[in-house]
This record gives sequence, C-alpha cells and structure tokens, in this order.
Amino acid sequence: MNSTVNLLVGAAMGLNLVALGSSRIPTVIRAVALQGMILGTLPLLMETHFDWRVAGIALVTIAVKGLVIPNLLQRAMRAANIEREIEPFIGFIPSLLLGAAGTVAAVAGARALPLLPEHAGTLLVPGAMASVLTGFVLLVGRVKAIGQVCGYLILENGIYLFGLLLIKSTPLLVESGILLDLVVGVFVIGIIVDRIQRAFDSLDTRKLTVLRE
Amino acid sequence: MNALLLIILPFVAAALAAVWPSERTRPWLLPATGLLHTALVLWMLVHPPAFAPEAWLAFDPLARALLPAVSLLFLVCAAYGISYLSVRAERSNRMFVALMLAMLGLLSAGLQARHLGLLWIATEALTLAAVPLLHFNATPRAFEATWKYLLVGGTGIALSLLGSFCLGYASLHGGGGGDLTFTALTTQGANLSRPWVLTAWVLLLTGYGTKMGLAPMHTWKPDAYGEAPGIVGAMLAGGVTTVAFTALLRVRAVVASAGAGPIADRTLLVIGLFSMVVAALFLLGTRDFKRMLAYSSVEHMGILTFAAALGKVGVFAALFHVWGNSLTKGALFLSAGNIRRAAGARTMDEVRGMSLLTPHSAAIFVTGLFIVTACPPFGPFFSELLVVRAALETHHGVAVSVFLGCLLFAFFGLTRLVFAIVDGRPRPATRLTAQRFPETAGVIVPPLILLGFSLWLGVATPDVLREAWTAAVAQLYPAP
Repeated sequence: MNSTVNLLVGAAMGLNLVALGSSRIPTVIRAVALQGMILGTLPLLMETHFDWRVAGIALVTIAVKGLVIPNLLQRAMRAANIEREIEPFIGFIPSLLLGAAGTVAAVAGARALPLLPEHAGTLLVPGAMASVLTGFVLLVGRVKAIGQVCGYLILENGIYLFGLLLIKSTPLLVESGILLDLVVGVFVIGIIVDRIQRAFDSLDTRKLTVLRE
Repeated sequence: MNALLLIILPFVAAALAAVWPSERTRPWLLPATGLLHTALVLWMLVHPPAFAPEAWLAFDPLARALLPAVSLLFLVCAAYGISYLSVRAERSNRMFVALMLAMLGLLSAGLQARHLGLLWIATEALTLAAVPLLHFNATPRAFEATWKYLLVGGTGIALSLLGSFCLGYASLHGGGGGDLTFTALTTQGANLSRPWVLTAWVLLLTGYGTKMGLAPMHTWKPDAYGEAPGIVGAMLAGGVTTVAFTALLRVRAVVASAGAGPIADRTLLVIGLFSMVVAALFLLGTRDFKRMLAYSSVEHMGILTFAAALGKVGVFAALFHVWGNSLTKGALFLSAGNIRRAAGARTMDEVRGMSLLTPHSAAIFVTGLFIVTACPPFGPFFSELLVVRAALETHHGVAVSVFLGCLLFAFFGLTRLVFAIVDGRPRPATRLTAQRFPETAGVIVPPLILLGFSLWLGVATPDVLREAWTAAVAQLYPAP
C-alpha cells in the first residue's frame, strides 16, 4: 500500500517540476489539475478498509481540485487571452533548478522531524515540503496573475498532502471546512482576476505598481 | 448558547441585508445589529457565562477580555456607515452591508474559537469576506491593493494552516487522540513532540503574523488600508488584527505548555521590536496620510507582540493596549476618511489647510494622533507605560531603549505628516471639493465617541475590564 502512495506522491513531486519549467500557462494549469486529482485519490489508498466519509472527501477533492478550479482558471485565461508567461521574474531554468534543489532539501530535511511508525516509510512529508516550496517559487517568480494563482494552488496541495498525516485523527468537519474555504477563495480570486483584467486591460502584475513608497 | 448567538445574530442580519429591497434603509441594519451585539457582549462581560473546557467555541476569559472592544468598535463604525453610505449612494451597498455584518459574525467566531481548526476557518473566512469591501471604490488602485492583499494574506493563511497541521501532528506523535482544542493541547503539554511544536510555532507565527501585519509580512497593509473605505480600514485594523493576535496568544500558551515558552517569547520579542523599527522608519518617509495609518498599525502590532513576550504583566498590558489601540485607530480612520473625501487627495503634497475646511475632523485627527503616540491621559499612554514596566521588571533594558526610540521616531513621523495636512492655507481646488462633503453630525460624532472611550480607558479604567484582563492572563498562564 505504501509503495502505491509513494509512487503517487512522487508523481505529484514530478508535476511540481513540470509546473516550474513550463512557459505555457495551459500546461501549468493541467499539471495543477492532475496533481489535484492524484492527491484526491490518496486518502482512499491510505485507508485499509472502506469508509464512506473518506470516500466522500476524496470524491469532492478530485472534483474541486481536478475539475472545478482548473476550469475556472482556464476560463479566466481565455477571457484574458494569454497563453504564455513571458519574462518571468525568475526564469524557467532557474526556477526548475530551485525546485529540484528544494525537493532534495525537502527529502533531507524531513528526516529531522520525528514520524509515527505508520508514516515512517512514506514520502508525504518531503512531498508536502517540496510542493510548498514550489508554490512559493511560482508565487514570487511569475508575473501573470494566473501563474501566481497556480503557485498558490500548488502551495495548497502541499498543505493537503501534509494534512493526510492527520486524516485518521482529525474530524472530517475541519477538512470539509477547509475545502469549502479553498473553493470560495479561488472563486474570489477568479473575480478579482476578472476585475484586474478590466481595469488594467492586462493580467500582467508588473502593471500593479502604483502603490509603493 | 449566548456564545453561539453572538455569531448567529450577525449572520442572520447579513442574510437579511442580502435580500433587503431598499438601498436607502439597508444601512440601518448595521447599527441595529451592532447595538444588539454590543448589548449582549456587555451583558456577558458583566455576567461571564460558564463554559465546558473542551468546548470548541466559548465566551472564555480571553474572548471576554477582547470581544467587547471589537463589538463597540463595530457599533460606532456602523453608525458612521449610515452617513458614509448615503454620500456614496451611487454604488449599491448590498454587498457592503451584508459583508460587514458577516465580518462581525466571523470576528466573534475567531475570538471565541477554542479549536485550532475552527480558529483557522474563521480567520480564512475573515480574509475572504474583506476582499469585496476593500475594492468597494472600484478604482484600479483599489484592485491593485486587493490583489496584493489576496496574495500576501492568502499565503499567510496557507502557512497558518500548515502550522496548525504541524501542531496537530505534534499532538498525534505524542500520543494524543486528535483532539485539537487548545485545552486538550495544553493538557498534553510536555508530551507534545518538541520538533513539531517548534516547526508549528514558526509557521503559525508567520501565518497569523501576516494577518496581524507584523514586519516583514506587513507589505499588504499600507495598500489595503490606503485604498479601503475608512470604516473597513477601522474594522481591519481594530478587529481582524485582534483575532490574529488572540490566535498567537492561544498558540503561545500551547507552546509554553510544551516547555518551549522561552523560545516563543524570544521570537515574539524580536519580531515585535523589528516591526516597530520598520514602522518607525516608514512613518518618517511616507507622504500619504491613509498609508500612514497602516504603518502606525504595524507599529502598534509590534507593541502588542513585544508586550506578549513579557510574561503576565506584559500580556495584561497587551490586552489593555488592544482596547486603546482599536478604539483610537477607529477614530483616526473615520476622521481620515472625512478629510480624504473633502480634500479629494491623500498626500501632503496635495492636501493642506484642512483645519480650515474640515475643522472638526482635523481636530479629531490631531487628537487621535496624540493618543496613538501615547500622550497622557488617554488609554494607550497607560498601557504602554505598563509595557515598559513589564520589560524593566523582566530585565529587558536594551529592548526598552529600542522600544522608546521607536515611539519617539514614530511620533516625529506622524506629527510631520499630520501637521502638514492640517496647517497652512487650503488649495483653491480643495475648497470646491470640500463644499460637496460638509461635516455632518453623522460623520463627526462617531469618531468623537471613540476618542471619548479612549479617554475613559485612560482616566478611569472600569474595574470589570481590569478583572476581565486579569482572568484572561490567568487563562493563558495556568498555575502549574
């Protein structure tokens, strides 16, 4: 069971690198969507026997992270008519290198934290840390608003991976609340992206420079 | 039961506002709800209800020590809101009124949350509810500010969630059953896994520190406070930051129970002083009087964080300071809103002579300036004096000198900007805009009431408040 989980977490870590290295925004959105779907299946694999609440959470996660949010982003992208990230703050090769170094550091750093025996063999903690770092690089390094939102989603995916360590102990109420917040959050972000597009006639966040000291 | 009512009441009112047909009468829902909420909170302040320690949500001593301040601030801002929304009649106020009310409900939930996950959900929802309020003016500048607020605030919120998970795992690793109430976590105490507790503390301090606006995570604050309507700025500076500060106090108590209290205190001390230094430097440089309020808020969040690191007396002073700061900041934001509207501009290069055009607002603004820079006999003077005393008692001599130095530089920065706006001869163009926005009682009385509260806190702090703050300190520092 652990080996399947590790394989999927490894795939999610690979998708981080795809998102970091790609200049085409549709590719980044697809990487985020696929990563979301992979994460959605993990709770099912980690349970030894079937639990309908866990199955429900998994289904909602797959639907939201894999379909609803990427759809919203694609619509925003088409409305703004942008396909490519041009001249990012952090170039694609440097961000890829940063991501790779971050992944190595995450695997090494995760050893410093003590784990329960049932989690000891999994890649969940390094996977979570690598995704959080990837999310940061995208948030800081991209200039298009949609690229930054993708970064935020990868950051959230990392946190979700970490949350899987707690899935047996925390009440699902908290997790569903968190998922709901995420949906609303992306919805709000979508509206703001739309307004920025109308007000500035562009989704280039480099134009957002009126407010400074 | 009443604890829940404090949350349900504003939400029902918010739903009502969302379907209310009349644009003209809808804003009255704000003070009506505020009045009921404040009455209930004050009644609960005087008659503290009993609560089960394992409850997820309760009007516990810490909520009792702070929620009344937020509720009062909301009530006064709501009263101001009627006049404000009537001069902004060209925009629909449906969203504005509904979200302001929802914000009151979420503030009540955040301050009363005794569960790590619930606290996070309330803070996240607060962040999102504030978004449409920030871009109420619908200018490109407002959207820019909102975007920065969402990115920085969203990242902060994400980090605090990660921190909450780490604290949850610390409990799980130490043999806990997954109960994430603060009571359960504190009871587990030394059994919590130390490396995880420290990781959680760093993440939670960064996350909730972002919501408080501690440097260097304060970058969203000047933009957001600068572009938001005055009442929204007042609620952000006096309400949302209070929830984040409460979160830090509650988490600090858990970290201390795990034996890492000295480490937590040292980080709080450093980040608090750093925020004060950064704020003082920016206050010396900024030329925009609404952004100035944001830097002043960063400074005061620094004072709170610094005080929280100084043990029982320090926390008592911090709770006192939350009251003084929230209420005075409210007066400053509301009067700054009046001046901003009348002047049609916001920097000291464009605005001057406002004491002639808006004499009352200018007088309130100047008085507010002296209050936040800790002039006696108002509340913040006494709370900051108490902070200094707590620091000297705990032998933080160097820190005290940095603290006082920052206060002095902040005073220079604030007076420089405020008097540049108030003094002098108004520009001819400003005279014309000012005529469109006369100073009515509706926009003058609310900030005056807030100044009155600040004076009252200073000269005659009510005994019930002192008792409430002492009880809250006892909750945060349980006897071993």
